[in-house]
Amino acid sequence: MSAEVVLGKKAVAEKKDGFFIQTFKKLLKNKLAVFGLVIISLQIILAIFAPFLVSYGPNEQNLALTNQGVGTEGHILGTDNYGRDMWSRIVYGARISLVVGISTVAIGLVGGITLGLLAGYFKKLDNIIMRFMDLLFAFPGILLAMLIIATLGTSLVNVVIAISIWSIPGFARIVRGSVLSIKKQEYILAMRSIGASNTRILLKHILPNCTAPIIVNATMRMGTAILSTASLSFLGLGAQPPTPEWGAMIAAGQDFMWDAPHIAIIPGVAIMLTIFAFNVVGDGLRDALDPNMDIQA
Amino acid sequence: MTNQQSLLEVEDLKTYYPIKGGILNRTKANVKAVNDVSLEVYEGETLGIVGESGCGKSTLGRTLLGLEKKTGGTIHFRGEDIGDLSEKKLKKYKKDMQMIFQDPFASLNPRQKIGNALEEIFIIHTSLSKSERKERVRKLLTEVGLKEEHYDRFPHEFSGGQRQRIGIARAIALNPSLIVCDEAVSALDVSVQAQIITLLKELQAKYHLTYLFISHDLGVVRHISDRVLVMYLGKTVELGTTEQIYNNALHPYTKALLSSIPRPIPGRKRERIKLQGDLPSASNYPTGCPFHTRCPIATAQCKEVVPEWREMEAGHFVACHEI
Repeated sequence: MSAEVVLGKKAVAEKKDGFFIQTFKKLLKNKLAVFGLVIISLQIILAIFAPFLVSYGPNEQNLALTNQGVGTEGHILGTDNYGRDMWSRIVYGARISLVVGISTVAIGLVGGITLGLLAGYFKKLDNIIMRFMDLLFAFPGILLAMLIIATLGTSLVNVVIAISIWSIPGFARIVRGSVLSIKKQEYILAMRSIGASNTRILLKHILPNCTAPIIVNATMRMGTAILSTASLSFLGLGAQPPTPEWGAMIAAGQDFMWDAPHIAIIPGVAIMLTIFAFNVVGDGLRDALDPNMDIQA
Repeated sequence: MTNQQSLLEVEDLKTYYPIKGGILNRTKANVKAVNDVSLEVYEGETLGIVGESGCGKSTLGRTLLGLEKKTGGTIHFRGEDIGDLSEKKLKKYKKDMQMIFQDPFASLNPRQKIGNALEEIFIIHTSLSKSERKERVRKLLTEVGLKEEHYDRFPHEFSGGQRQRIGIARAIALNPSLIVCDEAVSALDVSVQAQIITLLKELQAKYHLTYLFISHDLGVVRHISDRVLVMYLGKTVELGTTEQIYNNALHPYTKALLSSIPRPIPGRKRERIKLQGDLPSASNYPTGCPFHTRCPIATAQCKEVVPEWREMEAGHFVACHEI
């Protein structure tokens, strides 16, 4: 009897679940995606609570204790060539990576969605906008970013600007594609027949129906943005020393590759894990959002 | 019928779709989806529009509502020319003319609760408060045979018939005078079709609605229509009361169409007129009478001269040389 009641409740709950909860439930069935989610959550926790998780400041030098290996007493991940605590630098680096990732994706999304909606919906704007996007696409990403940084100067903020601009065409193209298919649907015609304005149709009816590809791409783009930031910083174009940015840390560590390889390897592993996490979550989301895909539990 | 007040008057309406091509992307030819259609719709009647796929009946309906741009001709609604109004001025008339769509699965936004979808109509056209709007939507839902608690459901939780009821609720929300039903029951099961048609008839009687009932299903059209218009390749070929069309069809195309209706009397032989060939492409429009390529009684004259739209008896029009 009680089992029946529980079952009944479950059925009701499943029916009432919104779109996002349903997607999340499907995502949880994908083991790799769950692993990715765990890593991303850990990173978020590290970033938020950074000051409470470390016993040394990220730039606190101790010249008496340099190049210590992993597992040294008091320094779990050892110290670098200035005797700075590696753990502390990794934790603060997570903060930078996340902030950079989120802000670039946010700026790229706002720009890309706006341009994509306009290009997809208004035929006259399509060619103008998309040819300009093609122009941006034609540059290799890092080269474009370097060009922008060369004009604006080296700093983390300029890296964010550069990578954001580079993210816009990708989002614009995806949104435009979805808009083109959605605007032909009968419910859009129905909205026009009841006299809805273009703005209303675009924002309330077309945009909500292309959220799936946007979410997937934004997740993937987070990984790429973090990697690009690290690359640019590694090349000396982004974060400047002593900022505990992962790419900059690898650059600083490469001189000590033989004596203290952990200085370069640890931030490398951190970058790798982060990007891996965003990619598997992105893949999982794509499967979870695809109504034709039946995920094995 | 003739003493009735006319609601919609259409004269020489044309809707062409250009076919572009070549290096300069110039218009090479036109698909003449609606070609010189003239008709009058009376207040409170149901005008059935029949014809095979691709004959322009849906385009006609959409052009009348301003959803497709017309290429030429005039549309008068309650005596006022609405064909060339700007989008803003048209909004006033859009309130008065609504549409019920064919596919109940495609005509509702899958991400919107149906209550909100219906409420949106009032947001666009009225200045009612939120609670007033909700009240109106609840009333609407019960009016079309749904329940008030359906307000918070998404379209995928409904059956085809229920969705079509939502489509009807959307169409009648603003108390329009004209509703274009574009194949409104074609996608439904026969039993559900009957329910929806009954609902449409009830609503018509209650609100004095005028229907433009577009369908390829001759049986359904006979059941619901007061008058019937037959279209072929973008042109009107015959118009008359349901009685006149179904019992005394004059045009050879109408006769062929009607002979295709299966009759539930076993064993009785009947004359079946089979048309030869396919519907010609509307982009490569035949000269003269558009039907001459398939017409069993076509003559040399039919290939050259476009037949006139003649009134054979009161209210019964036909476009054919041979009658």
